[in-house]
Amino acid sequence: MTEVAVTQRALPETGTSGTAAVALPVVPVVRRRRSVLVYLSVLWLVVLIAAAVAANVLPLAPYAIPVAAPRLGPQFGSLDLLLGTDTLGRSMLSRIVYGARVSLVVGTVAGVVGFVIGSLIGLLAGYFGKRLDAGVSLVADAMLAFPPLILLLALASILKPSVSTILLGLTLLVIPSFIRLSRANTMSWASREFVRAARNIGAGHCRILFREILPNLLAPLAAFLPIVMAAMIVAEGSLSFLGLGIPPPQPSWGGMINDGKDAIATSPHLVFVPALVIFFTVFALNQVGDHLRTRFDRTLHD
Amino acid sequence: MVLAVTKRVGRSVLVVLLVTVAVVALLGLAPGSVAEVILGENATPDAVAAMNAQLGLDVPLWSQYLSWISDAVQGDLGTSPLTGQSVREAIVERLPVTLQLAAMGLTIALAVALIMGVVSASRPGSALDRGSSAVSSVFLSVPAFIAGPVLIYFFAIQLQWFPVMGWSQISEGLGPNLRGALLPAVAIALTEIASFHRLLRTDLIGTLREDFIASARAKGMPGGYVMFRHALRPSSFSLITVAGINLGRLIGGTVIVETLFGLPGLGQLVASSITSRDVIMVQGIVVFIAVVYVGVNTVVDLSYSVIDPRVRKVAGA
Repeated sequence: MTEVAVTQRALPETGTSGTAAVALPVVPVVRRRRSVLVYLSVLWLVVLIAAAVAANVLPLAPYAIPVAAPRLGPQFGSLDLLLGTDTLGRSMLSRIVYGARVSLVVGTVAGVVGFVIGSLIGLLAGYFGKRLDAGVSLVADAMLAFPPLILLLALASILKPSVSTILLGLTLLVIPSFIRLSRANTMSWASREFVRAARNIGAGHCRILFREILPNLLAPLAAFLPIVMAAMIVAEGSLSFLGLGIPPPQPSWGGMINDGKDAIATSPHLVFVPALVIFFTVFALNQVGDHLRTRFDRTLHD
Repeated sequence: MVLAVTKRVGRSVLVVLLVTVAVVALLGLAPGSVAEVILGENATPDAVAAMNAQLGLDVPLWSQYLSWISDAVQGDLGTSPLTGQSVREAIVERLPVTLQLAAMGLTIALAVALIMGVVSASRPGSALDRGSSAVSSVFLSVPAFIAGPVLIYFFAIQLQWFPVMGWSQISEGLGPNLRGALLPAVAIALTEIASFHRLLRTDLIGTLREDFIASARAKGMPGGYVMFRHALRPSSFSLITVAGINLGRLIGGTVIVETLFGLPGLGQLVASSITSRDVIMVQGIVVFIAVVYVGVNTVVDLSYSVIDPRVRKVAGA
């Protein structure tokens, strides 16, 4: 396809020189389908991140202090009461914004750390193969065979529930999927001609790994990152929902659903507000991830 | 062929062994022991030490592991010091609930995904296709801990069609049993619908481009017949694989709905055993879940090559 594109670009020159303009196939420019949903998703994520970063500057009530009567429904008038109050009378909006910090930090840090470690291990395993590959695949399989939520529960009960405990557990969950992805991509790149060429001009393993193969891996692996982050936000939410996640009074979205679920019959907004926020965030991350993956992941095409 | 099977099975056994080592190491590192839970907050250090010795918790971790694994291989997963119930009994007692939940969730997911997949694939790119793809993207983003409370609010509290909590055994009548299990099963099914729909849609679109479909259509066969008798079967292959693997995964993945709906299943047992530091129980159940998961994976992998000769050829080459 690239060849056709090149000849097409050269076409006007041959046309002006007057030689027989052979009817070259007209290849229409591949139109990327722009989805409104992807734009909306990016917008939501930007707003969320901005709110989380600027939480201290925003005119919000502190998340731990009651601002009004408990379980008020969402109402206009005061910013703090926009999304209502929780079972203790604390501002839901403030708790959602501060909870965004926890979810985003947990999702990003666990995702990125797992991405770096998993990709490197997968790169080495995929490139060197043999014993190393067999060993790494075995460990990755064992890690995937561990029921994820139960690993998190066990960690939370062994170590004190805290942000760092959750980060440790989530990172452990992320690593094997990145190992697999990176290993598969490495194997497909390592058999390419340019890698053999590099080897023939005497490049060492280090150069081939990091200068030839790694740059090609980054795009498809990073495109997977939003999807992993969505999964991590869900995992953190599940753990907090079971009461073993972020310890109170620090707010987290899953914890808010857990707090509100017993009063759902009388004040449903206690559950629906954090549920919608989680849903929008996970949906947005999945949309962005799908969009990036179809553009950058070679293993999904051909 | 025999060699490939042996290799695959041997690998699975290794994976399970690694999981057991990890579980024992992980739980062994936990501060506090079950003895403290049994004896209460005010126990003297001597009493705790005596209890630990009695439970065999005072020997080094590796020898605890060796004695546990040699019993486990013979099917004895130990006895919970907390409840006095043998782990195997507890699993046998709880498993039907979890299994029924997982099976119902998967059945619902398969049925819905089948309809959505056929609708999508019969006219890719149409409004109906984009609509059902949007629905499946939405479902993908609804984890069980969101779906559960929302379903409870609408169907159990507002409409009162289903009970909010509780479980009735099948022996007490099929009707109440299904009524209690339906909401949790739907809560599990939502994300599965999404992944099944995507898979089936891609495979069906691929199959519908094949020559034998064109010739079936050219013969004048009705569209529905071509879709269901000719296209669906070769396209449902990877769907069934994934469904099988997910059944194994769901056995360990129903913790959330079981706690939320108060169902006496395996997940709830693990969660409560973890909080009470009942190490023996947790060890047994996690290893059981891992064995089921790895076992299902292995069987699915192997049956794949038995059913489809093309896979076998590639594996042999």
